[in-house]
Amino acid sequence: MFNLKKDSISHRAQVSGISPEHKDYLHRVRMEKIFVRVIQLLIFCTALLLWEICANAKIVDPFITSQPSRVLKTMIRLYVDGVLFQHIGITCLEAIVGFVLGTVLGTLIAIMLWWSEFLCKVLEPYLVVLNSLPKIALGPVFIVWIGAGPAAIIVMTLAISLIVTVLEVLNGFLTIDQEKIKLVQTFGGTKFQVLTKVLLPASYPTFINALKINVGLSWVGVIVGEFLVSKAGLGYLIVYGGQVFKLDLVMTSVIILGVAATVMYQGVVYLEKMLVKNKT
Amino acid sequence: MKPVVEVHNVGMKYQSLNGEITALDNINFSVNDGEFVSIVGPSGCGKSTLLSIISGLIFSTSGTVFLSGEKVMGTSPKIGYMLQKDHLFNWRTIYQNVMLGLEIRKNVTRSTKEHAIKLLRTYGLYEFKDKYPNQLSGGMRQRVALIRTLVTDPQILLLDEAFSALDFQTRLVVNDDIYDIIKKENKTALLVTHDISESISMADRVVLLSKRPGTVKNIYEINLNCDNRTPLSSRETPEFRYYFQEIWKGLDVHV
Ligand SMILES: Nc1ncnc2c1ncn2[C@@H]1O[C@H](COP(=O)(O)OP(=O)(O)OP(=O)(O)O)[C@@H](O)[C@H]1O
Ligand SMILES: [Mg+2]
Repeated sequence: MFNLKKDSISHRAQVSGISPEHKDYLHRVRMEKIFVRVIQLLIFCTALLLWEICANAKIVDPFITSQPSRVLKTMIRLYVDGVLFQHIGITCLEAIVGFVLGTVLGTLIAIMLWWSEFLCKVLEPYLVVLNSLPKIALGPVFIVWIGAGPAAIIVMTLAISLIVTVLEVLNGFLTIDQEKIKLVQTFGGTKFQVLTKVLLPASYPTFINALKINVGLSWVGVIVGEFLVSKAGLGYLIVYGGQVFKLDLVMTSVIILGVAATVMYQGVVYLEKMLVKNKT
Repeated sequence: MKPVVEVHNVGMKYQSLNGEITALDNINFSVNDGEFVSIVGPSGCGKSTLLSIISGLIFSTSGTVFLSGEKVMGTSPKIGYMLQKDHLFNWRTIYQNVMLGLEIRKNVTRSTKEHAIKLLRTYGLYEFKDKYPNQLSGGMRQRVALIRTLVTDPQILLLDEAFSALDFQTRLVVNDDIYDIIKKENKTALLVTHDISESISMADRVVLLSKRPGTVKNIYEINLNCDNRTPLSSRETPEFRYYFQEIWKGLDVHV
């Protein structure tokens, strides 16, 4: 969709006196876009409607499937109780902190490993094991060490995204053309200058990629963390709702979670577009 | 005339787990001030190795290189190195690319900035200074790469197959272009190439290396009968064919 939009804009910019064929083409593109949007909306509404009708007609049991009107009611109730944004806020905060920390620390460690080939060789087997290990298994360890609270959740998030970031960024560094590095060296450049003049700017697409991966991973980390320890947040609402068989609460939380995660991912995509515009 | 570059008994052995590779063996030659010398030799004979040693990027395992009488102990601001590809950074504008060497040498001043602008202007790239490299043609990019080197004001230019990434026509034009710039700016140049015609068309002397381990097999003085010599006009002189035959024989290519 984004591509279509970009296409039509650049076309318009190129052609000053628009020919009838081109006008026709632009019209077709616009109609198709509207058509796609309408169908998308239709699917969404139909699904909601079916869900509501089936639940009302007791074709499915709303006690275990919940239903849109109940989700809405739950949301309003949470809002009236003043806890809706508190739960959303806590989870988002944990996700953002874990996400930023994972990306920054991962990049720093990758720089260290690039800087010292020796260190890289020594640490390689540990990285392989840590990368393979399902980090969720460490959850109980973190709780014992750090205590059941937001800190443990953030560490959980970090554990999930850190190693992936390190490997991704380091791999990015190692695939950079050696000749570009040689170029900096021919001007008498130091290792630090190689890093700042070539490696970091050239790794820009790698960073964006790492960010995109980490957005997803940090949500996994936060929800797992909240499942294990928390007393607040969307993950907590889901677990609590499941335990007391309040599927309305579970469904509501899952829907909010979906929206929040999407917003954050789109944020990164937007950031990428802003930066790309300035770079090429 | 006092030589600017003296290569004295230089030898190079690379070590690897599979054994030892002797890339260069007892190389001797020198380059005079303002001279243009080409180095030709079969693939893998150590031409790039030789340039890297002269530039101080790597150290020979035997022998010495002198720049204006001083022993090479590391990279030197006297040397400008042009690689096979232009390696313009596509995240920098043309002007920012040109400034790279000065930034690295921490020598960005009013006068060096003006020098950069002047060079861009002289060689027809001023209007492109705020464009990005992917908006330029191959020949223009190569010129930007040359300016990036020239702006640091090196005395000696090392060109490692600097034109081989270009298509033939562009290459002829860029040869002329860059030859002109090098002569105008009064630089000493050392050009490595696979292309015998290119080596003759630009050089005052051609150094022929043998296949690995590279040794100096012969040095040809190029005397062409033409006034206002340019690489293109060189190719049309009667002597050109003669040198070509000689060097071709010397290269001793078996297919
Ligand atoms: N860092 C290195 N370690 C080990 N061997 C090397 C290294 N660099 C080059 N060599 C070897 O030394 C020999 C000479 O290499 P060099 O790149 O100098 O040749 P060249 O004449 O420039 O070749 P080409 O014409 O292909 O550019 C080659 O056989 C190469 O395999
Ligand atoms: Mg080479």
